[in-house]
Amino acid sequence: MQNWIGLLPAFPLAGFVLLVLSRGRMSKTAASFIGAGSVGLAFVLAVLISIEFLNSGAQSFSKTLWVWMQVGELDTGFSFYLDGLTLVMILIISGVGFLIHLYSTGFMADDPDFARFFSYMNLFVASMLVLVLADNLILLYLGWEGVGLCSYLLIGFWYQNPANGYAARKAFVVTRVGDTSMAIGLFLLFSQLGSLNIQEILVLAPSQWSTGSGMAVAASALLLGGAVGKSAQLPLQTWLPDAMAGPTPISALIHAATMVTAGVYLIARTHVLFELAPSVQLLVAFVGLATLLMAGFTAMMQRDIKRILAYSTISQIGYMFLALGVGAWSAAVFHLMTHAFFKALLFLAAGTVILSLHHEHDIFKMGAMRRRLPVSFWCFIVGSAALTALPFTSGFYSKDAILLAALAHPTYGMLLWVGGVLGAFMTALYSFRLVFVVFFGSSHYAAHEAAPHDDHAAVVENTSPAMFFPLLILAGLSLFGGLISVPVDAVFAQSGVHEEAHVSQFLHTLMILIPILGVMISWLLYGSVPYEKAGAHLRQRLVQSPLGGWLNRFWFSGWGMDKLYQTLLVQAFLMLAHINRKDVIDIAFNGTAFVARFANSALVLTQTGNMRWYAISLVAGLVIVIGLGVFR
Amino acid sequence: MIVLALVAILFFGGAIAWASEALDARMPRAVALLSLLASAAVLLIFCFSSSPGVMLAGGQWWVLESWAWIPRFGISLLVGVDGLSLLLLLLTLFLGLIALGAAWNEIQERVGFFYFNLLWTIAGVVGVFTALDLFLFFFFWEVMLIPMYLIIAIWGHENRAYAAMKFFLYTQVSGLLLLLAILTMSYLHFVQFSRFSFDYFDLQNVVIPGALQTWIMLGFFVGFATKLPIFGLHSWLPDAHSQAPTAGSVLLAGVLLKTGAYGLIRFTLPLFPEASADFSSIAMTIAAIGILYCAKVAFAQQDIKRLIAYTSVSHMGFVLLGIYAWNLYGLQGAVMTMLAHGLSSAALFMLAGGLQARFHTRDMELLNGLWVKLPMLSAMALFFTVAAVGMPGLGNFIGEFLSLLGAFQSNRVATIFAALGLVLAAVYSLWVIQKMFHGQLRVPSQYASAGDLTLIELLCYALMAAGLVWMGMYPQSFLDVSEVSLLYLQSLGGGGE
Amino acid sequence: MDFIPYEHGLILAAILFVCGLVGVLTRRNIVFVLMSLEIMLNACGLAFVVASSRWQHAEGQVMFLMILTLAAAEVAVGLGLIIQMYRRFHTVDISVLNEMKG
Repeated sequence: MQNWIGLLPAFPLAGFVLLVLSRGRMSKTAASFIGAGSVGLAFVLAVLISIEFLNSGAQSFSKTLWVWMQVGELDTGFSFYLDGLTLVMILIISGVGFLIHLYSTGFMADDPDFARFFSYMNLFVASMLVLVLADNLILLYLGWEGVGLCSYLLIGFWYQNPANGYAARKAFVVTRVGDTSMAIGLFLLFSQLGSLNIQEILVLAPSQWSTGSGMAVAASALLLGGAVGKSAQLPLQTWLPDAMAGPTPISALIHAATMVTAGVYLIARTHVLFELAPSVQLLVAFVGLATLLMAGFTAMMQRDIKRILAYSTISQIGYMFLALGVGAWSAAVFHLMTHAFFKALLFLAAGTVILSLHHEHDIFKMGAMRRRLPVSFWCFIVGSAALTALPFTSGFYSKDAILLAALAHPTYGMLLWVGGVLGAFMTALYSFRLVFVVFFGSSHYAAHEAAPHDDHAAVVENTSPAMFFPLLILAGLSLFGGLISVPVDAVFAQSGVHEEAHVSQFLHTLMILIPILGVMISWLLYGSVPYEKAGAHLRQRLVQSPLGGWLNRFWFSGWGMDKLYQTLLVQAFLMLAHINRKDVIDIAFNGTAFVARFANSALVLTQTGNMRWYAISLVAGLVIVIGLGVFR
Repeated sequence: MIVLALVAILFFGGAIAWASEALDARMPRAVALLSLLASAAVLLIFCFSSSPGVMLAGGQWWVLESWAWIPRFGISLLVGVDGLSLLLLLLTLFLGLIALGAAWNEIQERVGFFYFNLLWTIAGVVGVFTALDLFLFFFFWEVMLIPMYLIIAIWGHENRAYAAMKFFLYTQVSGLLLLLAILTMSYLHFVQFSRFSFDYFDLQNVVIPGALQTWIMLGFFVGFATKLPIFGLHSWLPDAHSQAPTAGSVLLAGVLLKTGAYGLIRFTLPLFPEASADFSSIAMTIAAIGILYCAKVAFAQQDIKRLIAYTSVSHMGFVLLGIYAWNLYGLQGAVMTMLAHGLSSAALFMLAGGLQARFHTRDMELLNGLWVKLPMLSAMALFFTVAAVGMPGLGNFIGEFLSLLGAFQSNRVATIFAALGLVLAAVYSLWVIQKMFHGQLRVPSQYASAGDLTLIELLCYALMAAGLVWMGMYPQSFLDVSEVSLLYLQSLGGGGE
Repeated sequence: MDFIPYEHGLILAAILFVCGLVGVLTRRNIVFVLMSLEIMLNACGLAFVVASSRWQHAEGQVMFLMILTLAAAEVAVGLGLIIQMYRRFHTVDISVLNEMKG
């Protein structure tokens, strides 16, 4: 089985090729079978490979499909490398990916570009699998760029709306900034170590660089740049909320479960480099902390159901970065996995809500959907509970591990822990705010407003098996996924094992109680019917106070970073481009032509056609020449 | 004989094509197709049947032949094919066929003369890629220009006279510098070995004192760099490309630009290793500036062909960067970029030409949302744009990645700035996609009935796409061919600290 | 054999030359311009003859013969052109005949 590892990305790739060649003429049933089936096959294969790998007891397995580039010392192949970390990733990608594909066959059923949708989705899964399977950084970069491309294509899937195109371009360009940083990191690694094979780098780097040496810092900082871009962390997080313009299954697959966690994967994969550069590793932790707080506050203020989830994703990846930064590698991967489950669940449930409400996104125009959309309601309850890390859900275990690890950090332990717990509190607030506003209270939904041309705009929950089944599975995983143990200990064995911090009972209890407290406050502000009015009143007061109003706007806009980039970079570039539309260089060369033409018109004046003028100039010239000769 | 056969087939094919117009207006293109296929067949048979024979300075030569021409001045018909030439010859003939496909229905007047010019341009390029006698090289250099000038001047678009004249002046002036430098070299050979020689291998033995070497090197450099073109000498290119007919643009972007890079690799570096090494940091700086500057200017263009033209200049910056990085990675990167850019830019120009043929405009403001109407053409545009952005898995990535990888080892600052070009490439490329293919459909109403790709177009695009995927997924088949020549070049020292 | 000092001959030639030159530059009638040109040519011829007698060389006299034939040819061609010109434009005023301006 392991020898067939090459088939893993090949299945979805074949699906992509078939769907593209069909040029949209394939029936929807056939397209569904190819689209979802290819990923399903990949999942089955991934499971078989996992069983064999885990039974074999080997640490790793690698296979070269063919030589890719062999230039001088550079020797890269299309080679796949399998270890515990990869295993977790391929199972998440193909498993969650398959569920989301299945869901999409229902969600996109009415879309005319059905086949195009699945072709992009399949290409995405193929690229993502290559990304995690790659045994060298160039191949990883191939997957990295491939998923970026698919993300671009899928965000802008409904291409007729220019706003979607803008969001798609923004996503691609912002992540490309990070990618470029990563590419430069690759150049640096190669010029210093002479190899881009990940395992070789992990061995060579400690032997050539001392801890904290400049090269190690530079290399890991550049890789961090790439990770920050892909995983939407500060300061490159601005693209993810806009990326919600894509169809909701895309948000679930790409912008929650898989692609955005590629940055976490990259850092975990190259963790040795980060351990060689403690300053950068600490930076990772603080980037994570800042991001999780920023995104938490911003999520509080959003009205768009998907933007709330998007900021929540940014925030949760912030937790993963925090874990990476304190060296809790397996906790980060564990949270990556549980997050994939519950965030995919939340997004798919949100998709059901949105579909049932005729593409209404504003949560304050929903309300009291508890009875009308029971499936979505229960999915949201489960997902939010896991997201909030309420006890015994999957998120509880992973977040617990991260916070404990943060507390154990020798110098900044307390700071990181307090920040993390505050973030957890915010998570509880915003996620249950979403639940309460959408599913409780009184209904503000106006069908004619959302779908003015649809006469049958009734709220009917779509619970076709294709959409129901994935929700069920994901809900189960969100509840019980915490019991799965990720087999990554061997991967991070050589790195210094962090002792489990000896946490006082008090702090631990506090850590568990704070999210519950958050849920309760959220209930007071948004949920309970007697308090709904009071909550609204209080909110009104807050927003109208000068500080509250300012904070509201500041947080709502995602801390104004969009605006900052817009003015500082986009406008400046547009202006530069605009003033030089005609290319000054061309003006320089056309200037030569202009001078020649000017000289021509000046000299033409001497040609009067008058013969005596010619004779006089002849004589004058003669006199001057003789004069020069005589009086030299 | 192989080179002679190639050039002869193309020259005579061109002449016959011109004459055959008298019989039937459809004859010339058939003749052109036949002669291109014949020369491609000759080259392919040669490719698969022979192996490198002569080992001589400059690498392994598959062919190295010489006939006397003007012995008094040491001028001979010295031609050679090594791995580098072979790759570029394949590219030339392949794109020749593509250009033929582009012209097939587009050219309706003075058909015979058009195909005559087309074939003679290709013949000139074949000569340039094989000539090793500098006099012969210069001869072919001129042969390639004049038919191209005529193609732009006769079959071009609204502003063709200006564009053709600009193209001609730029290339002639830089050609003059090149000629002066060549003559100086020959004279120096006369001084040192008491006979004139234009032989590539002879001239490598000439010892040139410091300052003079820099000047002669600059003569060669400017001659080739105008063709490449580099930043500062590029302004002929947007005009020439946007005014040329589609086949002309395809040949210009795909092949003619590569003669500049070829000249740098084949002549400038090996003939003047010391001066070039001193010059390399300047050249790499120019390359980085060009990459960023032209990407920025490209973004501001409204004329789709001008935009693609500027992106060409930007991408040629990677070639320059790779060449002057002067190590195996950079050189391989430059060669791969030449090949891949040859295909991707040719395809993009053909797409722009196809749009102009359908809607009679190149203005991006007038063409929006074409995906609804022309899904296949738009998908092709997306594919080649993505290739040009440098998506891994397609040829351009291999080239740009290796160029930058090599350049990083010799000049970090320039490389980092050049890498920012990757971001700008994404900006302008996606802008084009958004503007022309996504969004709401809007086209000039009188041409609203335009149809999607024709069979010929589809075939051309499919071939080019397959080529790019091949280059991206298994570049080794190309890297192996050029490796020996480039290894020799690397051994001449210079960059790559 | 000193009959006339050669300076005198040269001064005469110079005076003749300047007379001719002034004629060329001032006259508007092309016939007079042509005559003035003849005077200038003859002034040159005189200078040649004087010089050849001063240095006892025959070449100067040969040159004069050359100038004679040249002048004859010039007159023949020039007058022919003037007649054509007069037929065409009905004038011999050169300041009117300035169509060849740039």
